[in-house]
Amino acid sequence: MKKFKSIIYLMALLLFPMIAQAQFDGEFIKPRNGKFLLQNATIVTVTKGTIQNGSVLIANGKIEAVGQNIPAGDAEVIDCTGQFIYPGMFDGGSRLGLVEVNSLPETQDFAEIGQVTPNMRALVAVNPNSVAIPVTRVSGVTTTLATPSGGLFPGTAALINLNGYTADQMAAGFEGVILNFPTSARRSTWDRRSEEDVKRDADRAQKNLNDIWERATKYHEMKTAKAELQFYPEMEQLAKVIAGELPLLVEVNAAGDIEVAIKWIKEKGVKAILTGVAEGWRVADKIAESGLPVITGPMLSIPTRQSDRFDAAYTNPGKMAKAGVKVVIRSNDAENTRNLPFNAGFAAAYGMGKEEALKAVTINAAEVFGVADRMGSIEAGKDATLFVSSGDPFETKTQIAHVFIDGYRVPMSNRHIKLYQEFLQRSPGLEK
Amino acid sequence: MKKLNSIIAAFLVIVWMPTMGQTQKGSVLIKNATVLTVTQGTLEDTDILVENGIIKRIGKGLSANNVTTIDAKGKYVMPGIIDAHSHVALDAVNEATAPITSEVQMADVVDPYDIGLYRALAGGVTISHAMHGSANAIGGQNITLKHRYGTFDPEDLFMKEAPRTIKFALGENPTRVHGRGKNIQPRTRMGVEAVIRNGFNEALQYKKTWETYNSALKQKGATPIPPKYDERLQTLVDILDGKVIIHCHSYRADEIYALINTCRDFGITNIVFSHVNEGFKVAPELAEYTMGASVFADWWAYKFEVYYSTAYNAAILTENNVITSINSDSGELIRHLYHEAAKTQRYGQLSDDQALALITINPAKQLGISDKVGSIEEGKQADLVIFEGHPLSVYAIPQMTFVDGVKYFDINDDQDDMRLRVSANETVEPIFLKEHDHNCMHGVDFFFNNFGRSLFQHSH
Repeated sequence: MKKFKSIIYLMALLLFPMIAQAQFDGEFIKPRNGKFLLQNATIVTVTKGTIQNGSVLIANGKIEAVGQNIPAGDAEVIDCTGQFIYPGMFDGGSRLGLVEVNSLPETQDFAEIGQVTPNMRALVAVNPNSVAIPVTRVSGVTTTLATPSGGLFPGTAALINLNGYTADQMAAGFEGVILNFPTSARRSTWDRRSEEDVKRDADRAQKNLNDIWERATKYHEMKTAKAELQFYPEMEQLAKVIAGELPLLVEVNAAGDIEVAIKWIKEKGVKAILTGVAEGWRVADKIAESGLPVITGPMLSIPTRQSDRFDAAYTNPGKMAKAGVKVVIRSNDAENTRNLPFNAGFAAAYGMGKEEALKAVTINAAEVFGVADRMGSIEAGKDATLFVSSGDPFETKTQIAHVFIDGYRVPMSNRHIKLYQEFLQRSPGLEK
Repeated sequence: MKKLNSIIAAFLVIVWMPTMGQTQKGSVLIKNATVLTVTQGTLEDTDILVENGIIKRIGKGLSANNVTTIDAKGKYVMPGIIDAHSHVALDAVNEATAPITSEVQMADVVDPYDIGLYRALAGGVTISHAMHGSANAIGGQNITLKHRYGTFDPEDLFMKEAPRTIKFALGENPTRVHGRGKNIQPRTRMGVEAVIRNGFNEALQYKKTWETYNSALKQKGATPIPPKYDERLQTLVDILDGKVIIHCHSYRADEIYALINTCRDFGITNIVFSHVNEGFKVAPELAEYTMGASVFADWWAYKFEVYYSTAYNAAILTENNVITSINSDSGELIRHLYHEAAKTQRYGQLSDDQALALITINPAKQLGISDKVGSIEEGKQADLVIFEGHPLSVYAIPQMTFVDGVKYFDINDDQDDMRLRVSANETVEPIFLKEHDHNCMHGVDFFFNNFGRSLFQHSH
């Protein structure tokens, strides 16, 4: 009897893995943290030059050491011979996580109703499980500015790291209120207004902005004076900008508008970052003189005017950088935020140079977002947000081997890669 | 006064522009280049002699009298890039009034003034397939254009040797326009399949009616009444007779497979699937029964039917022996198709020749013009691009673009304003901050005012 029991037991043991396998085929790879030593790589630190045959020690989410001959100790060693290590790339403006399928309103969480909604916070609407997030981060883009759009003050953008399961795990330490600065330009080819109407609308919009700002200023003054105020969440958020607690991200593109915006920003004494800046090259000296940083892109877009040279958008960041503007690059995309390095590549090719373009997606971004003490370069003490690649990450054919975000080694897989694995050689093929 | 001056200036520009009465053919000798032939490998330090628009000789140490010589030492020469899906230089895109509009001709709405042609040349594109939109299951007939920018005559842009092609469309676009927009068939993928199948059956009947009439005519003394001519059905008959290549806007594997079956039932083999984001799922079928797939390098998630896409699509298709090309469908993307092709090296690690074929010989095959263009071979038309840097590098910059041996783009002679026509009453030039690309759903917005514009930001 005992023997019989043990046979049954044995059979069950044998069967169990088969049943288990039938239900779960293959292992799921999770992001994991720990102690890692990336060995024998060319380290492009961005701020401290390039280190040949160098190593990076990662522990507790931080870069513990950078240099040559770092002992492994108990760290997991990853051989990076012939490979390169770069700091994670920043996208200075993207809808990634705020939309899943562009055409489906049910999945659009980037544009709230109303013209003045600065209190709409992108951070609370970012979907940490968006399919597009793993699709993006395997490119080495580790950090994006999740950006609402729409009205005059569409909301508050948030810097996020592309790993984590909650908003707080993703938050990278920067928020800014967006202002879509009134424009005197035509909005698009759909825009068929007469020139008179364009001008009248622009004046009206400018006056509207000034009225709202005046109200926010009064609100801030009264709040500072500790007056009893009616609950007014929109003004509450704008008051934080006036108090200097949050910067203003001023989206402005046409040359004339940029000049007006610079004057407006100085007049209001607000801490601001210019975004978009498609025609920045036309007024590059004036932007440089203002000292305002710029987040621009995409480079892969057509010129704003029919009369412009074909490469106006490619050359724009280079021209601004040459004039002395601090430039950050953005994709302004969502699902294809992974194209950020290619935008930087075009900027580099058309006048910006590789070194400056690399800064524009790393340390410049970190500085503009006020997180340069933690991010934007490979330095001991900074967050372990970096990637290992076969070469220059802007170069199209380069393969990205490993990505670390906040010390987490993220799986180099996503839906696009899984479909490749399934369908490269389909089974059954043509005949079943 | 200033306004008057600009009017006079604009007028003079128009009058003095050199008009090109007939299609120009050029002669040129390109020396010492790295020649990416695409079909016959890479030739180092090689010369290309072009005579009267045709590649006469490829070799070393070539010379010629009275021909412009260009020293391309250290530079790359590749065949002119071919875009198998474009809406460049078209005044209208969609005749969205019926599920079948095969009588419509894009040749009737070609706009030679479109600055998009010049911008495409600056990206090395010499030929584009200017297509009808995707509002209808069977749309209009397309036109293959050579980018002879500078002519005022639309016909001068036509590539007259190219065979006829027609646009088909499956999935969300035709069902949205007709089913949801107008409450007529098709509203589903069942309906799209039926509309096309019914169209072909009707065309067979129509063909038979004419055959009966024509044979009756041959009988002595017969005076049969001729059937009513129908351009719409006659075009479908031409498709069944193999005279027209179908280029079908499609996304999902099931709809692609359904149309493959329909075509097989009617003996149609001249079919190319376009966009075809889920083509990778039916790669063996596409390889066996069609002229291949023309895809985006990495576009996805702009609507639901492209949510389950992969950037590895082109690589999977190529490795499964599907004739594969990468197209633009966009006035922006058309300017850097060489970069789009290179993305197959990031996503799928295709070889240089495989990647370059995606924008040269493969689209040429899909347009039925591969005996004339699409590679650098003696006897072919001299559509050539000179690059600084390898064209698959992100740092590559096109230097010169030739069509029929005539130079239409030279980065060192790139004027500030390359428009052919300036509106005299336009005192302030519009600034387009969010350029609306020409795309597949252009011209059908009036059906959907209630849905809002966001629907059309990415309506390819």
